[in-house]
Amino acid sequence: MTGLVLLIPIALLCGLVALCAFFLALRSGQYDDLDGAAMRMLADGEDE
Amino acid sequence: MATQLLFAGIPAADNIESLFAVPALHCVGCIAKIEQGLAKVPGIESARVNMTDKRVAIRHDPTLEPPALKAAIAAIGFEADMLADPGVDVAAAENKALIRALAVAGFAAMNIMLLSVSIWSGADGATRQMFHWLSALIALPTVAYAGQPFFRSAFAAVRQGRTNMDVPISIGVLLTTGMSLYETLTNGHHAWFDGAVMLLFFLLAGRCLDSMMRVRARAGVAALLKQSAPGALVLDGQGHSHWTKAVDLRPGMRMLVAAGERLAADGRVVEGMSGMDIAFLTGESAPVPVGPGDMVQAGALNIDGPIHVAVTAAGPDTVIADIARLMEQAGQGKSRYVRLADRAARLYAPCVHLLAALSFAGWMIAGASVHQALLIAVAVLLITCPCALGLAVPAAQVVACGALMRRGVLVKDGSALERLAEVDEVVFDKTGTLTLGRPVPRDLDRLAAQDKAILLALACASRHPLSNALRQALNGGEAAAIENVREVAGEGVFGRYGHDDVALTRPRSLINLFGLASEYRRGNHATLLSFADALRPDAIDLIGDLKQDGLAILIASGDRPEALEDVARATGTTAIGHLRPADKLALIERLKRRGQKILMVGDGLNDGPALAAGHASMAPASASDASQLTADAVFLGDRLAPVAVTLRVARRTVRVVKQNFALAIGYNILAVPLAIAGKVTPLVAAIAMSLSSLIVVANALRLNGSAK
Repeated sequence: MTGLVLLIPIALLCGLVALCAFFLALRSGQYDDLDGAAMRMLADGEDE
Repeated sequence: MATQLLFAGIPAADNIESLFAVPALHCVGCIAKIEQGLAKVPGIESARVNMTDKRVAIRHDPTLEPPALKAAIAAIGFEADMLADPGVDVAAAENKALIRALAVAGFAAMNIMLLSVSIWSGADGATRQMFHWLSALIALPTVAYAGQPFFRSAFAAVRQGRTNMDVPISIGVLLTTGMSLYETLTNGHHAWFDGAVMLLFFLLAGRCLDSMMRVRARAGVAALLKQSAPGALVLDGQGHSHWTKAVDLRPGMRMLVAAGERLAADGRVVEGMSGMDIAFLTGESAPVPVGPGDMVQAGALNIDGPIHVAVTAAGPDTVIADIARLMEQAGQGKSRYVRLADRAARLYAPCVHLLAALSFAGWMIAGASVHQALLIAVAVLLITCPCALGLAVPAAQVVACGALMRRGVLVKDGSALERLAEVDEVVFDKTGTLTLGRPVPRDLDRLAAQDKAILLALACASRHPLSNALRQALNGGEAAAIENVREVAGEGVFGRYGHDDVALTRPRSLINLFGLASEYRRGNHATLLSFADALRPDAIDLIGDLKQDGLAILIASGDRPEALEDVARATGTTAIGHLRPADKLALIERLKRRGQKILMVGDGLNDGPALAAGHASMAPASASDASQLTADAVFLGDRLAPVAVTLRVARRTVRVVKQNFALAIGYNILAVPLAIAGKVTPLVAAIAMSLSSLIVVANALRLNGSAK
């Protein structure tokens, strides 16, 4: 029982963190230009 | 002045953002070239390319005007068109909200399932109680958040006295959650939190697919959606010109329209001679010569030389705005179409609610407690919740649209596929639809290779439509090195090749009144090049195919009847000529009243109202923007075959959707008796729901190869 009291909140917290991370990524526009993102990693790095 | 210097180089807060469509973007090199090239231009703070939408967002000084920005992009080597004020993209925002709801529902469903599995495998007493409470803790906020799209739509439907798919969904989810909460509070054995949340997850997946399909197709079209003219250079009394936005143009103003620009308002030419491309209005490819006193319409493309135009009508009073209004009215009939899933739900929802009420009453009469009878009624609602239906339709339509997209057909949304499947008569426009809509040079093979090279070099120096046609026809050949190239507006292109004067000009003698021609001169030798609007390569085969499928065919064109004769004879169909936009609309309405389900295939703005009025509509990608926006499907390329493919795929999709309905009903026939008998535990509900969803999705996947 004590194990459960500790482990279940940890499991839920991990899930919540992932959910928040997804929301942050969505909000910052990381999914707005998927084709561009796939290409930008091939750039030589002169920009930025 | 000093303050301006002070701020130079610092990102100014009052910089504005402009959006440009750049269709030619295709690789990482393009991104780097545009972003770095534009950042170097004075007045531009930054540029950001969006590859998916083929757009560039430029942050710049407000004093920098659209033509200057367009020129800056052109200097880097890309053609760009300014996009109208993007406003708020409602569809994209809705899609994002759905994805967020889906993520929350997915997170909750996984965690509750984790807890539920332990309960099913024998957790008892205090542990089960704790797990139920934990499930409630996750499920309640999830239902409140992720259920909103359904609750809102159900509420809207009920308020109007209608019912749709979302009504049984909302009632089912809310009752199940409420009952589970009551069970948890009273230390009951079963809680259906996992069922309620999983249901939301599956249904949201269907809803997301549906909305993503719409956003994707819209992005494809929006990339082509150019603002015909965002504004014009207006001359004031002192001979100065300044950029004025289209909305600020007023009758009486004098616009300066350079060659290659589109008009922003209707007007009368006061100075200069030129040719106008008004294909958007008439569908005819030949430019119309205009001079002082002639009327010109907003949206027309000035081809030859600069002209001064006195504005006679601007904004909502222009001819183009009139057509837009006609389209809007014609499109209202289409919005009344009720989708297959909603039609099914209208029958399904009352049945389900009646069934749940009857099982409640039955168990009460049989002597069960209110609590027990209510539990059974809830189980019936949960089992019959149209999970498979909600997923079955969008899954089939998304798979079909994906298959069509690989064949170069963009279908706007699922309802378009349903309407395409019902079509029984096809009305074609001629120019630009059955034909390519651009002049194609004839008999080029007569010329020697060297002449072809010179011709290509000359054609490259001009933006005249006939030069464009030559350039396309000679594409792939070597261009000769010619010197002293100059274009004389209204005359042609002149240059020097070796010892010969060469020229591509308008013909000195008018051979054919209607045909298009230009003259190629080298030294003293002159060759007449004639052009014609060619039929699309497979137009005749396509019409044969469609006739074989039992569809009636009609050609409706704004062109002269003589120009239609050839096409009508070659395809063996009836053709009607001399139709104005309103006449085409009337024709479609007349056919509709006879009970025909019309597919309108057209490209010009003159087809716009007819496209909007047809039961379904398709446009080639070369069509005017308004037509592409109105059409249910847009096909790419020179071939017409996609029309037949689309109709075939649409019919198959509807067949699969109906199969899925049958599967869902079959599953209910098996599971509902169990629910009424009170044998449905949360475990049984979870298995039954996932299984039925998997089956309908698997059936929908069969459509993947349907467009081959």
